This record gives sequence, C-alpha cells and structure tokens, in this order.
Amino acid sequence: MAAEAKRTPLYEEHLGAKAKLIDFGGWEMPVQYAGVIDEHHTVRTKAGLFDVSHMGEIDVRGEEALAFVQMLITNDASKLEDGKILYSPMCYPSGGIVDDLLVYRYNPQHFFLVVNASNADKDFAWMLEQAKNFNCSVENVSDQYAQLALQGPLAEIVLQRLTTVNLAQIKYYTFTHGDIQGISCLISRTGYTGEDGFEIYLSPEYGRKLWQKILEVGAPDGVQPIGLGARDTLRFEARLPLYGNELGAEITPLEAGLGIFVKLDKEDFIGRDILLTQKEQGIPRKLVGLEMIDRGIARSHYPLQKDGQEIGFVTSGSFSPTLNKNIALGLIRAELAIQGETLDVMIRGKAVKAKIIPSLFYKRST
Amino acid sequence: MNPVELKYSKEHEYARVEGNVVTFGITDHAQHSLGDVVFVELPDEGATVTAGKSYGTVESVKAVSDIVASVSGNVVEVNTQVMDSPDLLNSDPYGEGWLVKVEADDLSSLDGMMTADEYETFLAQEDH
Repeated sequence: MAAEAKRTPLYEEHLGAKAKLIDFGGWEMPVQYAGVIDEHHTVRTKAGLFDVSHMGEIDVRGEEALAFVQMLITNDASKLEDGKILYSPMCYPSGGIVDDLLVYRYNPQHFFLVVNASNADKDFAWMLEQAKNFNCSVENVSDQYAQLALQGPLAEIVLQRLTTVNLAQIKYYTFTHGDIQGISCLISRTGYTGEDGFEIYLSPEYGRKLWQKILEVGAPDGVQPIGLGARDTLRFEARLPLYGNELGAEITPLEAGLGIFVKLDKEDFIGRDILLTQKEQGIPRKLVGLEMIDRGIARSHYPLQKDGQEIGFVTSGSFSPTLNKNIALGLIRAELAIQGETLDVMIRGKAVKAKIIPSLFYKRST
Repeated sequence: MNPVELKYSKEHEYARVEGNVVTFGITDHAQHSLGDVVFVELPDEGATVTAGKSYGTVESVKAVSDIVASVSGNVVEVNTQVMDSPDLLNSDPYGEGWLVKVEADDLSSLDGMMTADEYETFLAQEDH
C-alpha cells in the first residue's frame, strides 16, 4: 500500500467492520466485507451501503456555465430541467473518452459534475483548460463531500426511516437537498448497480454518523456494507461501463455502445467531428456480451480471436453471481458482432470458446 | 488452524504426504485472501507436473492465482468435485477442497517447505 494513499471519512468504519482494503486509484478502499458474492446478492435482493466518497465532485458556476458544459460533454444539458441529472461521456478531440460523468443541473448558471475517483485530477485539469474561453468558474470541491450510496430494492424504505423528505417524489435521475437525521444532504436517485437507490452527498464530518445510522435502521432488513468488489460485479451485470475497461482514451463512446448519450445534432462539442465521421462511415468496433461455452473466466484485456485472427479484447469479465455463469464484455470488430456467433477468448495462451449474447446481462424487473 | 501433518509453501499452498503420493491444496490463509473461489483449472489425470511450476489456476471473483506443484510427478487423481463446486476451497480447504494427488518422482523438493508452526510464524511476519 502506497504511503500516500488517500482515505475517505469512512476509513475507520471500514477498519471496524474488518473490511479487506485495497488501493483503488490512489485511495485505500474496502474491496469486500462479508464476501463479494454475498454482498452482491444483498444489493440485488435487499439493499447495500457503499462508501463512494472517493468520487470527484466539480462545481461549475457562472454566466456561461451551460455553454461550457455543452462544449465539454457529448450529451445535451440544454434540454435538461433544473433539478435533474444526466449521464454523459466527455471526449478528447480524437473522440476518445476523458471520463464519464454525472451532470447535476441546478440552473443554467450552476452545474455539479461527478467524476471517477481515479480520473478526478486529470478531469479537473482538462476542464480548467477548456473553461478558459468561457465566463464561468470551475472548482474542484471533492474534499468537501463524503458520498454514500444506498442501493437495492429496499433502499427507499430504509432511507425513508431517517428523513422527512418524501423520497418517492425523487424520480430516477433527479435530485434534491434535504435533511437526513438532521444532516444537510444532496439526495440523488442514481447509482451504479442496476438497482434502484440513492447517492447521498454530505459534509465529510457527518459521513460516519450517517453511515452508522443507515446500517442501524437497515439491519432488520439485512442491509450490509458493500465493497468495491461487488460494486464491480453489480455494475458489470447491468452493462454500466467502467473507465479503464469499457471506456478509455482509445475508445469512442459510439464504440462503447453509448450512442444514446452522444447528441450529434446539438451545438459543437469536443470530439464531435470524429464521432460524426464514425457515425457516417461506420463504427469500427462494437461492445458485445459474451457467455463462456468452455470452462474459464474471461478477464479484462484478454485477447479475443476468430479463426486464429485477433478481433478485439475483453473489457470486463467475471463470474456473474446473479446469473451463476461466467460472462464478459468484449470490444470487437463491428462486422463480427453477431448474436449467437462463437469466438475464442485467449486465456493464458489457450483458446477458450465463448458465444456472443445480448450485453445487458441483468435488468431489474420493476 | 493449519493441520500439523501438512507441509506449507510461501505461496500459501500445502502438501499432504502419504507414502509417495502427495495431495496439493491451498491454505486457509490463501482462500481467505482470495475471497469467494469461483473457478478452478486443474490438469487431467495422467498429466505430468513439475516441482516449482504452475499446474493450474484458482480464480476468485476478483483474482486469478497460479497454483504451484510442490513435487514433480504424475497426477493420479483429480478432485473433480471442486471443479463443479469451487466454493469447497473456501469452506474446507484442507478437506473436501483438496485439488490433485500426485505420485512423486522423489520427495526431496518438499525439504524447503515449512511445518505448520513455521508457517504460522511466516504468516505473522507477512502481516507486518
């Protein structure tokens, strides 16, 4: 563990819960508490509590805040209502992805951007550079927030015990400000698990109190703390992309299957030219779902072959606790992305057969 | 606790010696640090393994780990049960979670392995 590893305000809670800690993007984070599979099922069937305080928060304010955000992201924040949230990639001029982020719109002069922990410094520097030509301020406020995510079918019922805010009125991808246990919070109906749930932003000094309180009132329903291990298997089953796996500087959002978050018909934005060309001339690669036919687990970066020719690579792969089988996401040459076709995953030099299947492995029933 | 009749390696694997047949497995510490084991790849019966070399893999949800032979010889029995139920490595690493049995060419490569006491000391040091 690097000596300079950053710790969230919940660090002592993780130690107390005997979590296994790992380095994640420079942060010392819990990878598991009870065990990845057990935690995974807890979120799918009950609700689980995540410490995601490592996420980066960036505040954008000023006359031209909307114009700046519009230039920065591929999705369209101009049509977004105040109090709503959108998901968007943010691209380089090459069309490759700087990061993916959540964009919270307070009003056209104020946006709150939430970025990946491991990219936060890079993103902030990138945004500062792009903001030069706009009349707005860009401030890295990551240190001012702890973030907890309560995810799972029981999330609303459990959280409602702690607040007078009517949570049922907070629709998916909207947010509000309100007190939870007397603590001032930004409450957002978002998540990264494929389940219903909330992401709660609050002052770091109250992080531990809220963490303890949620676990306490959720205990009768089986609410447990959840580590990054299950966070990864949960997001993977729901085909939610991860930067460094499905997303990266060498992958465009169109290739990553994020076309619906790329609004080529809005005003200019960074990367638009290349993405427009890709759309017109054909997207070279496509993200596909894979199910292992032979025994084996496809892991991130394993090569994919067809008839002995390399056609792409695995972006994420795992045992799926919900489906109870070994599945993967792979980025392959678009013309070979045909449902039902087989290909080879190269596992330590050995060709292991897999079948192309729909990539949305899991979708909640409600 | 780690059974006293076994030999232990720094890679957190054990060898159970019965005559010239050696049973391989991973230690309780290994299964604990790996987490939920979801996949085991083992050689076929009759295959040859070499001391100090990988003979298969054990995979948890998050990690892929090579397993290393402690003696050279022929695989005489494979625990096919763990291939269908890899969680046996978590629940019973020293019992039902054994991996393969190898008829050893010679047992001298076991000399460098630790006793249960030495392994406990090794674990305590590794923790710091």
